[in-house]
Amino acid sequence: MENITSVILKHGKARDKLLDIIREVHSPKGHIPPEAVREIARHLNLSEIDVQGVVSFYHFFSSSPRGAYAVYLNNAITSVMAGRAAVAQAFEKAAGCRFGETTPDGRIGLFDTSCIGMNDQEPAAVINGVIFTRLTPEKAAELVEGMKAGRSVEDMVEALGDGANQSDLVRAMVQNNIRVKGPVLFGPFTPGSAVRKAAEMTPEQVIEEIKKANLLGRGGAGFPTGLKWEFCRKEQGPRRYVVCNADEGEPGTFKDRVILTELPRLLFEGMAVAGYAAGAMEGILYLRSEYSYLKAHLEAVLDELRKDNILGKSIAGRKGFDFDIVIKTGAGAYICGEESALLQSAEGKRGEPRDRPPFPVQVGYMGLPTTVNNVETLCAAAQIIVQGGAWFKSMGTVTSAGTKLLSVSGDCERPGIYEITYGMTVRELLDLVGAADTQAVQVGGPSGCCISRTGFDRKICFADLATGGSIIVFGPNRDIFDIVRNFLEFFVEESCGWCVPCRAGNVLLLKMFEKIVAGMGTAEDLKNIEEWGRLVKALSRCGLGQTSPNPILSTLENFRPLYEAKIRKDTGFAPDFDLTAAAQEACEASDRTFCEETHHG
Amino acid sequence: MAEIRFTIDDKPCTAKAGQTIWEAARDNGVYIPVLCHYDGLKPVGACRICTVRVNGRLMAACTQPIGKDMIIENTAPDLEDMRRALIEMLFVEGNHMCPTCEKSGNCELQALAYRYGILAPRFPYLWPRREIEAAGPHLLLDHNRCIQCLRCVRAVKTKDDKLIFALLHRSGKVRIGLDPELGPRLTEETAQKAMDICPVGAILKKEVGFAVPIGKRKFDAAPIGSETAEKA
Repeated sequence: MENITSVILKHGKARDKLLDIIREVHSPKGHIPPEAVREIARHLNLSEIDVQGVVSFYHFFSSSPRGAYAVYLNNAITSVMAGRAAVAQAFEKAAGCRFGETTPDGRIGLFDTSCIGMNDQEPAAVINGVIFTRLTPEKAAELVEGMKAGRSVEDMVEALGDGANQSDLVRAMVQNNIRVKGPVLFGPFTPGSAVRKAAEMTPEQVIEEIKKANLLGRGGAGFPTGLKWEFCRKEQGPRRYVVCNADEGEPGTFKDRVILTELPRLLFEGMAVAGYAAGAMEGILYLRSEYSYLKAHLEAVLDELRKDNILGKSIAGRKGFDFDIVIKTGAGAYICGEESALLQSAEGKRGEPRDRPPFPVQVGYMGLPTTVNNVETLCAAAQIIVQGGAWFKSMGTVTSAGTKLLSVSGDCERPGIYEITYGMTVRELLDLVGAADTQAVQVGGPSGCCISRTGFDRKICFADLATGGSIIVFGPNRDIFDIVRNFLEFFVEESCGWCVPCRAGNVLLLKMFEKIVAGMGTAEDLKNIEEWGRLVKALSRCGLGQTSPNPILSTLENFRPLYEAKIRKDTGFAPDFDLTAAAQEACEASDRTFCEETHHG
Repeated sequence: MAEIRFTIDDKPCTAKAGQTIWEAARDNGVYIPVLCHYDGLKPVGACRICTVRVNGRLMAACTQPIGKDMIIENTAPDLEDMRRALIEMLFVEGNHMCPTCEKSGNCELQALAYRYGILAPRFPYLWPRREIEAAGPHLLLDHNRCIQCLRCVRAVKTKDDKLIFALLHRSGKVRIGLDPELGPRLTEETAQKAMDICPVGAILKKEVGFAVPIGKRKFDAAPIGSETAEKA
C-alpha cells in the first residue's frame, strides 16, 4: 500500500494521471487488486466504481491476475496468415495453459490482442511491454522456457531491428522495412528548420501556408489541417492544446510506428509549428500502449529539442513562442484513436467518444480548445513550412495534395512502408510491393474497403480510395470469409459499448454472417444483412460503428458471388415463410380479413 | 434574444438558443421518442432512438443543438423503421421478460415497443447470461433488463459528484456497476430515485414489488408520448 501511495504522490493526485497510476501499480502478478483500486480512489477523490470502470475499459489493465509474464499475441488477419495458430498452440503447450488463462503458479498468462502495429513482421506479441516479432512455434517454446527460468523479457530479445531500433533507448527487434522514401516525410530535413522558419512568420502566415498546401488530415477523415488550426486559434480560452494522435490501431497500419522510430524530430517540430499557429503552449503526444517501448527514445529526443530551444520558452528567439510536449500513454483500446475518445483517455477516463458538437477545437482536452492531428499530418506540416505550400501542392492530385505513407502487409514480397504520391493506382502499388495474382486488397484497414481485381485501377486518394495508411494484400488462396470474420470480431471486441447500434448491431451482424457462411442462410438473409449493416452505419455515434459494417458491405459489393454460393437453394429448406400468403386461403375460407403485422419497412 | 425558427415534419416551430432539438421539439408539442435521455440530465446520445434527419443528415436529437432554419424530419417511414430496429436490438441483446417484470406498464422500453407495434424483433435473440445483484438493503439490480442508458450513472451521485453507478467493461460486455462502498449505503429515498429514473426494470426497490396494480400504471392509460402531443 505504501508503494501505491508513493506512485500516486509521484504522479500528483490528479484524475488525468489515472492511467499512469493504474499502469504503475499493476502488481507483480499483472493486475490491479481491489485494495489498490480502493487506495487510488481514496487519493484521487473518486469512487471505487469510477476507477473500476476505467480499469475494465482498457485491454492491458485487469482486475484479475494476468501473470508475471503476460503474453499478448496479435490476432489480426495478417498474424493469422503468417501462422499464428501454430505459434499460439506452441505457447499453450509450453506454458501449460490456454489463451485467456494464466498458469496455476501465476507466472505466465496468454492473451489475444488486437493489431499491435507489426503487421509486416507477424506473428508478433507484446510481452510485458517488449515486442517480439516473426514468432515461430520454436521461438514461442524458447520464450516460455525463458519465462519459466525467470529471465527478463529484455534479455530474451536476440537480434535487434534496423535503424533507431538498435539504439540503446529502444533495443527492439522491430524492423522498419522502409521500402520507398518519398519527398515529404523522408525528404531532406534540417533539424530545427521548420520551427525557425515558423518563428520568422506570424501564426496567421503559418496557417495560410498550410491552407495553400491543401494539407488534409492523414488519419483518414481528411479534414483540412489549416482550417482546424485556425478554428482552434479563434476559440477563446485560457489555454489551448495541440494533441498528436499516435494511437494508430487500425489493423494493418504501422506507419506512425516508423515515423516515431525514425523521424521523431520532424514530428515534434510539426507539433511546435501547430502550437505556434493555433496559439497553444502545450502539446500532448498520445502514444498507444503497444508503442510504449519507444517512450524513452522519444523522451530523449524531447530533451534534445529543449536543449536546442526548439521546445521551451521564446523558441528560436521569438518572444511569445512558448511550447512544450508531454507524452501520455494509452492502455489498449482501438477506440482511443477516435479523437474525442483519445481526449477522454488522456484525461484519465474511459475512452468513450464524446458527442459532437462541441468539437475538440471548441471543447477539447480538459474542456479547452484543442487541435488533434495525426502523426503524419504534423510531419507533413513541418515540411510544408520549410518548403512552402506550393511545393507540397505540386504533388499528388488536384484534390489530394502531397504524399501518403502506406503500411503494406499481407501476401506480397516486400511488405513495409511506402511513401507514394496521391493518385497511384492499386495496380501500380501491387507491382511496387511485389504482389502477383492478388485476389483482394483491403484499403484503409477493416474500416476501409475490400476491393477485388475489378477495382485495381482505382486510385489511392481522398476522392476515390481514402486510407489512413493500411493496405493488406490477399493472395489467390485466401478465404475472403476468414478475413471478414476476423474484421467483424475485431469490431465486436473494440466497440466501446456506449451506443446501441454499435454495441448490439455488430454482434448481430457477426451472427448473421456466421449463419450465411455456415450455409444456413437464405436470399432473404443476404438482403437483411446488408440492411442491418446500413442501419449500424447510419445510427452509430462515432466513426467505429459508422464503418464497422464495411467488411460485410464492401465484400457483398465486390465478392457477391461468394456469398450467393453459400445461400441454400434446396427446395425443402424454408426457414422463412410469408405469413400473409400462408394464411390467405384460410382467411378466404372463413371469410375473414387477415390482420397483417406491422411492416418493418 | 431572437427566436430560432425551424420546422419539424413541415410544422413551423420556434426555439430558444441553447436548446437541443429534442427540447425544442417537446416545447412545440412534438414527441421525439428517446430512452437514454431524461429531462434535466446531461444528454449522452446512447440509445440513438431520437435520431432525426436534419437537412438530410441523421443526428441524435437529444445531443444536437437546435439551429436556425433547420428542416427536421421526425416521422419519415425510414426513420421510424430505424427507431424500431433500435428498440428491437435492445430487446434481443438483453433478457426482457415483460409479463413478470415489476416495471411492466411503467417501462419505457415496453411502452415504445407498443407504440411501434412490435410483435417480434427482426433480429435473433442473443440470450446473454446476466446476473442479478442484490445490492445493499434497498436495491436489486437486474442486469438482464438493463439497457445501459446511463440515467442512473448521471442522476445518482454523491454530493461531491462522485459516481455511485458507473459503466464497466466495453463492447457487448458493458454493464452498470454499483460502487461497493457507496452502493449499499444508499438511503431509501435515493434508492427510490434510482428506480424511478430507470426507464426499464433494471433497478428495483426491494420489498415493494407490484405496489401499483397493473391497469393503474403509467402507460396503461395512454401510450408513451401522449403527454408531449397533448401539450401542443
